[in-house]
Amino acid sequence: MSGVLVVMQRSGDQWHRMSWETLAAGQQLAAQIGQTVSAAVVGQAGELVGKKLDRIFAVDHPLLATYTADGFTAALEQLIRKISPSIVLFPHTYQVRDFAPKLATRFNQVLVSDAVGFRVEGGAPIFVRQLFQGKLNADVKLGGAEPHFASIQAGAFRADQVEAGSPQVEAFAPELSADIIRARPQEPFRESARAVDLTSADIIVSVGRGIKEKDNIPIVEELAKALGAELAASRPICDSGWLPMERQVGSSGQTVSPKMYLAVGISGAIQHLVGMKGAKTIVAINKDANAPIFEVADYGIVGDLFEVVPALVEEIKKAKG
Amino acid sequence: MKILVSIKQVPSRDSQLRVDPGGRWIQENDLTFEINEPDAFALEEALRLKEKHGGEVVALCAGPARASQTIREALAKGADRAIHIEEENLPAFDTLGVAKLLAKAAETEKPDLILTGLQSDDLGYGQTGVVMAELLGLPHGTIIMAVEKIDSGIRVKRELEDGWFQNVEMPLPAVLTIQSGINKLRYATLMGIKKAKTKEVKRLTAAELGVAAAPTASIERVYLPLRTKQTQLIEGSAKEAAAKLVEKLRFEVRVI
Repeated sequence: MSGVLVVMQRSGDQWHRMSWETLAAGQQLAAQIGQTVSAAVVGQAGELVGKKLDRIFAVDHPLLATYTADGFTAALEQLIRKISPSIVLFPHTYQVRDFAPKLATRFNQVLVSDAVGFRVEGGAPIFVRQLFQGKLNADVKLGGAEPHFASIQAGAFRADQVEAGSPQVEAFAPELSADIIRARPQEPFRESARAVDLTSADIIVSVGRGIKEKDNIPIVEELAKALGAELAASRPICDSGWLPMERQVGSSGQTVSPKMYLAVGISGAIQHLVGMKGAKTIVAINKDANAPIFEVADYGIVGDLFEVVPALVEEIKKAKG
Repeated sequence: MKILVSIKQVPSRDSQLRVDPGGRWIQENDLTFEINEPDAFALEEALRLKEKHGGEVVALCAGPARASQTIREALAKGADRAIHIEEENLPAFDTLGVAKLLAKAAETEKPDLILTGLQSDDLGYGQTGVVMAELLGLPHGTIIMAVEKIDSGIRVKRELEDGWFQNVEMPLPAVLTIQSGINKLRYATLMGIKKAKTKEVKRLTAAELGVAAAPTASIERVYLPLRTKQTQLIEGSAKEAAAKLVEKLRFEVRVI
């Protein structure tokens, strides 16, 4: 078995941006282990034709027009059995989380999910994954018969590092019958029009679990007011109904890149970090010096937010006169 | 409806984690443990479905002896009985191995629905439910925010990215991975805690289930992540730190 296969994700004309990051990872991995890299996509090859690849497999079948785990798994299983790659990479998207573990199981393999990087030892990749919501890292080695499977975390590789080329496109038509598809998906929808557009805010004050209870929310509201900032939150705060869902930042909420993002009592699980790490300046206030939020923070205060935030409000008011 | 809920015991959220001397896992002796948070929401959803449609809720947990505490808590909240796959050396099984253990135990129960959290707070592979579904030959739904019983099976609300959702219908039996926040968690009542002591906990071992540890993915080393960004840590009392930070916000970040 040989070659890296990158499975890209698109829906209609739209590429999932993480596909290109994973393609960059695939090109780099292939170069380091001395193998070729190919890409597969359910749908049109599109912009892939300008990238440095051995081959492009454009997978097409009427039953794949709408995503289902059953359909995508069966189609990609057939492709992988035909071309026998040594390793298959995916972007770690919600869709990939839905079908790639199923696909890996068909090869008696584990999907090494949400990898943040890799290095090559003795010609084989060792993937780096986060444990305990980013508090620790682990090196994971893959054994057992190839192909191996891994998915790549958002932002771990840079899409602008994808190398250009002019590969061959091959159409791949899997054999699928309608009866293997058990789920009946309906049209995607959004819950309600977003009244709060966090993406246009210059300054965001964001609050997490550290705030402990709903009655404490006014403490951070005061801070947002003093700074002229929008108030946002991590997922657990919105889940608990302490702030409305439309103020949620992270993979299931809004993605923001303000001038300053001030994170209060947010530990910084990856689902949150992907939504805010593009901020120009990140400030974190957290009682745990090892919280992953400090991985991305430019300025940090390790301390009790119930003391630090009121003091900060006072100092801001003083500075503003 | 007979519902099986697969739960995991993980170190408490606020744990100060230290790498053990072997460098392949964390020191566990001084930690406290709790139910994996998404699994708590899966359990709650199972209890609500039972209250609405009748039936039985069975908690399933693979873990060492200490996991019996988490199982008792699930019973106290309202699970009718439990299955404990007692295995001291669970790290010897990779995600696929653990899913095989759970699937084997689930097979004999023949539930209508299997629920579990979308991911674990410790390893975070986020695939146990999907792998179980494949091993059992069942359809699945992931990152589920609502479950509704319909004539042809169930209708679930799947969370997609960027605030999008999708309804999906599928036949039963099925496996669902539940997203945190799908419902409001209940507390165990005193009566529930009392009753839990008399509820059945069936103990099984990996050997009895006929699953051997044969990991393909193995953790070689666990370590603190290397900081890629230099964070300016601001020291002093709350008041001093606040004053220093405001200086930075005025003259370096220029947002005041």
